Amino acid sequence: MKMTNTEYDELTKKHSPNTKLYLTLPKAFVIGGLICCLGQALFNLYTYLGMTEMNARSVTSITLIFFSALLTGLKLYDKIAKHGGAGTLVPITGFANSVVSPALEFKTEGFILGTAAKMFIIAGPVIVYGIVTSVLYGIILYIFQIMQ
Amino acid sequence: MSNLIKDGTINLPTSPSIASYAAAAGKKEGEGPLANCFDYIADDVSLGENSWEKSESKLQQYAFTNALSKGNFSETDIDFLFAGDLLNQCVASAYGARDTSIPFFGLFGACSTMAESLSLASIFVDSGTAINAAAVTSSHFCSAERQFRLPVNYGGQRTPTAQWTATAAGCAIVSPHGAPPYVKAVTVGKIKDMGVTDANNMGAAMATAAYDTISRHLANTEQSVDSFDLILTGDLGQVGSDILIELFQKDNVDISDKHNDCGLMLYDLKKQDVHAGGSGCGCSASVLCGHILPEIAKGNLKNVLFAATGALMSPTIVQQGESIPGISHAVHISAF
Amino acid sequence: MEMFMEYFWAFVIGGGFCLIGQLLIDLTKLTPARILVIYVIAGVVLGGCGVYKPLVDFAGAGATVPLTGFGYALAEGVKTAVQEDGLLGAFTGGFTAGAAGLTAAVVFGLIVARCFKRGDKMS
Repeated sequence: MKMTNTEYDELTKKHSPNTKLYLTLPKAFVIGGLICCLGQALFNLYTYLGMTEMNARSVTSITLIFFSALLTGLKLYDKIAKHGGAGTLVPITGFANSVVSPALEFKTEGFILGTAAKMFIIAGPVIVYGIVTSVLYGIILYIFQIMQ
Repeated sequence: MSNLIKDGTINLPTSPSIASYAAAAGKKEGEGPLANCFDYIADDVSLGENSWEKSESKLQQYAFTNALSKGNFSETDIDFLFAGDLLNQCVASAYGARDTSIPFFGLFGACSTMAESLSLASIFVDSGTAINAAAVTSSHFCSAERQFRLPVNYGGQRTPTAQWTATAAGCAIVSPHGAPPYVKAVTVGKIKDMGVTDANNMGAAMATAAYDTISRHLANTEQSVDSFDLILTGDLGQVGSDILIELFQKDNVDISDKHNDCGLMLYDLKKQDVHAGGSGCGCSASVLCGHILPEIAKGNLKNVLFAATGALMSPTIVQQGESIPGISHAVHISAF
Repeated sequence: MEMFMEYFWAFVIGGGFCLIGQLLIDLTKLTPARILVIYVIAGVVLGGCGVYKPLVDFAGAGATVPLTGFGYALAEGVKTAVQEDGLLGAFTGGFTAGAAGLTAAVVFGLIVARCFKRGDKMS
């Protein structure tokens, strides 16, 4: 067999089935959209109960995270996510699942080095780069502030 | 006395017998097309243990003890144990054999380990180094998932080329005398790397290794594809099998009606949602020991070339951007 | 009717964010963790540029529930904190704004790990 890596890559591509976009895209759209509607309903409920807009948003996040954690514990989140794809990844519930699932998975290694240490193996980078970008933004804002 | 023919192919003139064999499997495998072939099916894949690593050890023990009792062996009859699995430091094998007092070789050949362990056991018996030697390998979906991929309950989508790690184990005991199947020759695999970096397409990473080993075995033993009833690769899955067939086609050799793959046999690909098929050391081990060896013993298959394939990757080195090398070891198993 | 439109836009915009994410999963080699990082950075940047706030006003939870909304919250938090505390605010604003989500994830994660059995994905 005389074949370069590039030729082999083409052979691989030829035999590797592609994802069925006509299935994954609508499912991601609908499931993601529904999670956002649930968020909207919770937000409306909390503002109706007299919370400020800011607090209502925070409590909505907490509630969605609670639901996601519960569904992860009940082994249902990953079943929904199998269909949802990005629809369950991108909302805050996906972030929660990425924290809760390793916490549950690695508890066999103990609550310190397992659950707690592994909690952020997936979500860690999100926090690191989210915070770092926000600090950069803050510094830029500050520079603008003193220049004025 | 076993002797090197050339280029990694070893002839076993005494044709040691695979005197006993057994397979254990998990729930999902027990619902597949080979459900009737397993000696033990675990409805609860934890097998009552509190960690997946220990569950896998127990599955391996079940395969081993079943093989012992089916062949009327006792533990003291076994001179060497060749065992392997997918886990770091081969812990499933080490802890599985912890309570035995059998001289132990721990092996890692990724999903090719069943062929590797069977080769070594057969060579030991053929050369007279051992009277009886056992080859046992296992894999467990949950222990593999947490080590190689993501937490089991993380909500991710598997790509169409991804393969499902089998929860299964197989054990074969090789003896100098006995009934068929017999081991005639082995070809030791070389590390082959065609630059595949996608850890979700291991079939593609392994197909060239299978091609190399199978064609070397045929050339070195002066046999053709027609000498075999079955060329059985171990967990290339759908993608890897298609690539393998095309690689042979380029040499004007048609293996399509002789070829099958353990990863395609263990599950019903359409109904069981395993995407490109099964994988893991336990996949080829359980298909071989649960299905193929009994078929050879019954005489339904005469000559089988069992070429288990492994993707020798670790998450660390894949994260470093390296491509995934593959390996394949071939064992010629015959009814005569 | 106004009520309906509110949910409609939450659904469409929220779903739209997920649709883009799905395209990234299916058509690129990006892993989920990388996609989440891209989303949160995009949220901070769009929030900082002032593009994201109109979207939040328009689509409500459709813009705040996706992870870009988390990035937007970080940016808003930093903005307020810098106005009040100067440079210190750049360091405190993000975590302050993200506190509810992060704390909830940690606390519920620990509770779930404590109370539930690990799954085996066999059914």
